[in-house]
Amino acid sequence: MTRTAVARRPPWYLVVPGVVGVVFLALPLAGLVAQAPWGSIVELLGSPAVLQALRLSLITSVAATLIALVLGIPLAMLMTRTRAFGGAWVRALVTLPLIMPPVVGGVALLAAFGRRGLAGQLLFDVFGIQIPFTTAAVVIAEAFVAMPFLVITVEGALRSSDARLEQAAATLGARPWTVFRRITLPLIAPSIAAGAVLCWARALGEFGATLTFAGSFPGVTRTMPLAVYAALDVDRAEALALSMVLLLVSVLILVSLRGRFLQGLRR
Amino acid sequence: MRLLLGLALATALTVTGCGSSDARTLTVSAASSLTEAFTEAAQDFESENPDVDVSITFAGSSALAEQVNSGAPVDVVATASQQTMATMTDAGTAIDPVQFATNRLAIAVPRGNPAGIASVADLATVRTAVCAPQVPCGAATQELLARTGTTVDAVSLDPDVKTVLGRVAADEVDAGIVYATDVRAAGAAVEAIAIPDDVNVSTGYYVARVTDSDQAALADRFIEFVSTGPGQQVLDNLGFELP
Repeated sequence: MTRTAVARRPPWYLVVPGVVGVVFLALPLAGLVAQAPWGSIVELLGSPAVLQALRLSLITSVAATLIALVLGIPLAMLMTRTRAFGGAWVRALVTLPLIMPPVVGGVALLAAFGRRGLAGQLLFDVFGIQIPFTTAAVVIAEAFVAMPFLVITVEGALRSSDARLEQAAATLGARPWTVFRRITLPLIAPSIAAGAVLCWARALGEFGATLTFAGSFPGVTRTMPLAVYAALDVDRAEALALSMVLLLVSVLILVSLRGRFLQGLRR
Repeated sequence: MRLLLGLALATALTVTGCGSSDARTLTVSAASSLTEAFTEAAQDFESENPDVDVSITFAGSSALAEQVNSGAPVDVVATASQQTMATMTDAGTAIDPVQFATNRLAIAVPRGNPAGIASVADLATVRTAVCAPQVPCGAATQELLARTGTTVDAVSLDPDVKTVLGRVAADEVDAGIVYATDVRAAGAAVEAIAIPDDVNVSTGYYVARVTDSDQAALADRFIEFVSTGPGQQVLDNLGFELP
């Protein structure tokens, strides 16, 4: 007992960089908390402009997460269970939005769905539909940058899940859909939840792709991060307060989900 | 590990080794609409002063003022409005502002003017991008719309004038309200629809030394260069009006 405890103690020279790491991550948060005008936060929470941005942020981030779930879980299945999607190139493609600067993501979305874009031109010429500068564009931008978090998490879980359980069910006569629903999904449920939460958090914080692809208009496309940026031009205190509100809301939701859904994150 | 050390060493060498050995760097923050003018003026200033490197950041004036007021290590700051400059001089972070140019608004449309816009009133019915009211170009836009009695159903209130221009150049909006000089600088992708003088709004450009600059003399020389020296010719060539 004591022996394992001693053996697992980290070497002393990891302590200093480790502590520096914690301070590095905590200091900006501490600055935000220390400088936020707490008196006006309650007041701000009641202001129509903030409520509007907050509501838009919550609606779009949840919608983006739902899209990621509906498209992402099947994609992860294909990546782990088929040869065509199992290659390194699909994995690279899925990971790309993760490492791409969000502004570049926004430009790419314009090149695809803008009214002069690959698919957007067709939509515009044939149906007269223009996606940029709409709430739908915000959801698309958020889903584009956030879905990889879900796909990668679920894919990892599928790869490490016990294939023999699925094989056993199949030998006993279960059809593929039944195997997926009754065996595979319950096995990876914690990872789906964890991936969905990561995906949602990323969508909630999305800024660059949204500004580039969807613009910034109150009530339509100005989500909380864009409202923070717009406020920064006028009033630093308001920007700090808005940042605090966004932070509080995300922490509150994460804490309330913890325990019930987040076993996958805690391992 | 060895690779990491090598990378760190290479970075350190690059950072310390660039430029001539005793070059001084003058750091300038300037409004987005000055991008072309100050880039060119800085090159001219550098050739007149071979021992000086001018490093310029371009952003919305309000964002720049916010940075300077927060103590950003800048020597010279140039804004697209007197009001924004005042937020710094009032705070004591910038001193001795000088007006060195004025600019007017114009309607920018994609090449070929697909929506057929001829006047400010036409903007009421097309997809338009404008600057957010908080930045100088947005404030000027609000005044223009008030003067012409036009209500614009804007699709985006953007943080700076170059963002608006980018949307027009990409043909994602039918029109944008920007500065006259921006349309000129944008090249062939964008065309200008002039706004009549009697309703148009002009904005003054101000440049000042940042109070905490440790290169006051050099900063003053750059300010003189753009406000009375050869920089004025550059501004004139790009379509700015001189004070």
